[in-house]
Amino acid sequence: MKKLGRRLAIVGGFAGAGLLGVGFWFARERDRLGNRRLLNLKSDEVGLNGWVKIGRDDSVTVAVPRAEMGQGVQTALAMLVAEELDARWDQIKVEEPPESAVYRNVDILIDGLPFSPEEAGTVVETAHWVAGKLGGVLGVNATGGSTSVRDAWRPMRTAGAVARDLLLRAASRKAGLPVAELTVVDGEVRKLDGTKVATFGELVDSVGDLAERPPPPLKKPADFKLIGKPLPRVDTLAKVTGAATFGIDVRLPGLLYAAVRNAPTFGGEALSFTLKQEKLPKGIEKVVIVPGGIAAIGTSWWTANRFLDDGVEVKWQAGPEPTLESAGLWKRYGELLESGKPALTRTLGTETKPGQVQVLTATYRAPYLAHTAMEPMNCTAKAGPQGVEVWMPNQSPTLMRMVAAKVAGVPQDQVSVHTTFLGGGFGRRAEVDLVRQAVTCALALSERPVQLLWSREEDVRHDFYRPMALARWRADLETAGGAQKLVGVAKRQVAQSPADQFPARTIGLPVQGQPEGNAVENPPYAFPFYRLDAIVADGSVPVGFWRSVGHSHTAFFDESFVDELAAALKKDPYDFRRELLADKPRHLKVLETAAREAGWGMPLPQGSGRGIALRASFGSIVAQVAEVSVPDGKTLEVKRVTCAIDCGPVVNPAIVRAQMESGIIYGLSAALYGEITLANGAVEQSNFPDYDAVRLAEAPAMTVHLVDSGSQIIGGVGEPGTPPIAPAVANAIFTATGRRLRDLPLRLA
Amino acid sequence: MISLTVNGQVHEIDVEPDKPLLWVLREDLNIVGPKFGCGVAACGACTVHVERTAVRSCSFPVSDAVGKTVVTVEGLSQGGQLHAVQRAWIENQVPQCGYCQPGFIMAAAALLQENPKPTDSDIDDVLSNICRCGTYSAIRRAVHRAAAILGGAS
Repeated sequence: MKKLGRRLAIVGGFAGAGLLGVGFWFARERDRLGNRRLLNLKSDEVGLNGWVKIGRDDSVTVAVPRAEMGQGVQTALAMLVAEELDARWDQIKVEEPPESAVYRNVDILIDGLPFSPEEAGTVVETAHWVAGKLGGVLGVNATGGSTSVRDAWRPMRTAGAVARDLLLRAASRKAGLPVAELTVVDGEVRKLDGTKVATFGELVDSVGDLAERPPPPLKKPADFKLIGKPLPRVDTLAKVTGAATFGIDVRLPGLLYAAVRNAPTFGGEALSFTLKQEKLPKGIEKVVIVPGGIAAIGTSWWTANRFLDDGVEVKWQAGPEPTLESAGLWKRYGELLESGKPALTRTLGTETKPGQVQVLTATYRAPYLAHTAMEPMNCTAKAGPQGVEVWMPNQSPTLMRMVAAKVAGVPQDQVSVHTTFLGGGFGRRAEVDLVRQAVTCALALSERPVQLLWSREEDVRHDFYRPMALARWRADLETAGGAQKLVGVAKRQVAQSPADQFPARTIGLPVQGQPEGNAVENPPYAFPFYRLDAIVADGSVPVGFWRSVGHSHTAFFDESFVDELAAALKKDPYDFRRELLADKPRHLKVLETAAREAGWGMPLPQGSGRGIALRASFGSIVAQVAEVSVPDGKTLEVKRVTCAIDCGPVVNPAIVRAQMESGIIYGLSAALYGEITLANGAVEQSNFPDYDAVRLAEAPAMTVHLVDSGSQIIGGVGEPGTPPIAPAVANAIFTATGRRLRDLPLRLA
Repeated sequence: MISLTVNGQVHEIDVEPDKPLLWVLREDLNIVGPKFGCGVAACGACTVHVERTAVRSCSFPVSDAVGKTVVTVEGLSQGGQLHAVQRAWIENQVPQCGYCQPGFIMAAAALLQENPKPTDSDIDDVLSNICRCGTYSAIRRAVHRAAAILGGAS
C-alpha cells in the first residue's frame, strides 16, 4: 500500500495547491452520464445524455473526450456507445465534448495502483474505489497509460444503453405502442416482429422532456454485434484526403506564427536579447521572451524561425548543470548503483543462503530517448478580454487549461481548450511547456491568435526524455550436488523518475523521490526469491512519459537477464520461462502462442536466431518472438516478429493488431537507433539524420495473435506492444551470434 | 509576385523566392495537407508532386516550382473520385495518427506512375518516409493493392 499512500499524497497536494475547483464525485457510471444539454447541440440535433446525441439526418454523434493520436480511440470509444445503442456503424460520428468533469479519466489513476489486474479481493477493490473517487476529485481529462478503453468500458456502454432506453420510450410515445413491444435493431426502432417504427432521425422531436431512468443492464458479451469486430476507423477518410486538422493545421483569421529557440542547457532561460539590426525585418512583428526560451512572432513561421538564427542575439541564463555530459552521468549512475540508497526495496519469496553458490551478474544500460512524434510540438492560442482560447494537439486538456489560466492570470472558466488530432503523442503531449509559451506569446499580442511551433531540432533537444537507466541483475545458483539450482535473484536499478518530475513541473507539487511505477512492477516469474532495490537519480535532465514508460527499459533488463539465466542453467529460454510461469495460466498461454506461431525450435539458417520476451503492462500480457539475421557478424536484420497479446475483451481486433505493430516498430526504432547523448549540458542530437527511426525497408514482417483466456478484465493496447521487442531482438542476437548485448541501442559493430 | 499552379488553380503570391514550397502552401495558400516533419528532407511528410514527380517540399524553394504543376494530397482525387492510392489506403485502414500519410500517399502515387507494378524492394527503395506509428506493413499492402486497382482490378 506504499504506493497508494503516495498517490494520496499527490492528490492531497493537488487539492492543497488550490488549483482545482471540482467537487467530489463518485466513480459510478451514473455520475459519469452527464445530462442531455452537455453537448453542443445544433438545431436539428437532440442530446440523449452527455455522451451521445442524434440528428434529423439519422446521425449518431458520440462524444470522445480522449486524444486521437493514432491509437484508434475515437473508433474504439464510439463502438462502446454504438454497441449498447444498437446503432449502425455507418451512422456514427464523433466529436470533442466541452470541458466537464463527466469526461474525466478515472482509470489513469487506478492504473497507478500497485496491483496486477488479475489480483482481486477487498484490498484491491477498496483501493480501486479510493482511486476512482480521487480520479473524480481530480477531474483530469487525460489520455495516457493505455487507459482510455479501460476507463470508458462501463461508462460509455452505460451511456449507450441509457440512450437506447430513451429512444425506445420516445418511439413508444410517438407511435402509441408499449415499450415492451419495441426494440432497437440496426439504428432504428422496430416492433418485435421486425416492422420499422421509427428511424433515430425521426425521433429527434419525440425525445422532448422524457425523464432519465436508471441505467438498464448492459449486454452480455455473447450478444455483442459490434464489439469484437474489425470495424473501419472513423478517422480514415479525413486522414487520406488531407482534411484531418492537426494542431499545426489550425487556421484562424489574422493568425500569426511564432518560432522558438529554447535555452541551450536544461532549466535555462532567456535573460535578454538584442536585435542585430535596428528594425524588425518585414514579416516579423515581435520578439518575446517566453518560459524557457525566446520566440519570434510574424506572418510566416519559416521567416520567424530563420530570423531567430540570423537576427537576434540572446543572453542566456544557464541551467543548473551547464557542463553535463553523458560519460560523467554514467559515472554518477555507476556510483549510485554501487552505493546509492534505494528509494524502494521490495522482496518476494523466501531468501535462502545455501553453502555453495555460483553468482551470476549482468549490468545493463538504456539511454535517454526522445519521442519524435511526427507532428512537431505546437500550440495555438488567443488572449483577449473574454479570456484565453487554446487549440492544441494535447493529451490532457484539463492540465492545459489549468496552466493557460495560470499564465494568463484568469480563472479557469475563462479558458477553453480545443484538442485537435495529434500527429503522434507517445506521452510527450501531456506536457505543458508548449501551452505556457504559446499563451505567453498570445498575451503579448492584442487579441491576435498565434501558432507557436517548434522546429524538429527544438523537439529533439528539448524533450522530456525516457529516462536513461542502469541496472544490475544478480542470480544465486546453488551448486551443491552437481546440478545448478536457482535460489534467488536481485536487481538494483538507477533512473530518474518521470512520475516524480511531472507533477512538480506541471503544477508545482513537491518532488517525492519515488521511482516511477511501471519501472518497479513485479516480475511474473516464480523466482524462489526476488529482491528489487530501486534508486532514484536526481538531475536536471527533464524526463517524461514515453510509450510504456518504465516498462520500456526494465523489460529489456529483465527479459535479457532471464535469457542469461536460462543459458547459465543450460535451458532453452522458452522452456525456462514456461517453468517459471507454471502458476500463471494467462502469461503461459500468451508465451506459448507466440512461440508456437513463430515456429520456436524449428531450424534456421546459419547466422540467424530467434529470441523471445514476455511483458505484462497496462493490464495486458504480450509475448514476442523476434527472428534476426546477422549474416556477417556485423549487420543486423530483424526479419520477422511474432506477437501474441491477451488484453482481455477485444473491442476492435484490427486496432489491437495495428497497435501491436505500432508498438513493435516504435520499440524497434529505439532498440536499433534510439540514443540521446549530452555534451556541455545540452543534447547532441538534433533531427532524424542523427536520431533515426525504423523505415519501411527495415520494418520486419509482423504477425499478431490475439489470445482469448476468457478474462473479462479489459487491458490496454497503446503501449504493451513496445516493451518486449528490445529484449526479444537482443535475445535473438545472442542465439544467432553468441554475443550478449547489454546496452541499448543494440550495436554489433 | 510569383505565379504558382497548385491543384489546378493559379495563385499570384508575393513571397521570397527561397521560401520553401511547403511553407508557401501552408502559410500563403492555406493548403495544409502537406506536413512539416523535419525541415531537412529526411522524413517525407511534406511530399508533394511537382510536374508529377515526388518532391520533399520543405527543402524545395518555391522559385523552382514557378511555371510548373504542383499537386498536393488535396488535389489527388479526380472528379470527385478518390485516387487508387487513397482507396487502397482506406481498404487497408493504413493511417493511425495520420500525420505522415499525405506524404506517403503522394510518394506512393508518384511511384506507381513510374512503376505500375513495384516489387517489395522497389517499395523499400522509394518509400523512405518516416512513420512513427509504424504503419509500414499496412502501407506495403496498400501500395500493392493500389497497383492492382490501377491495373484494372476492382
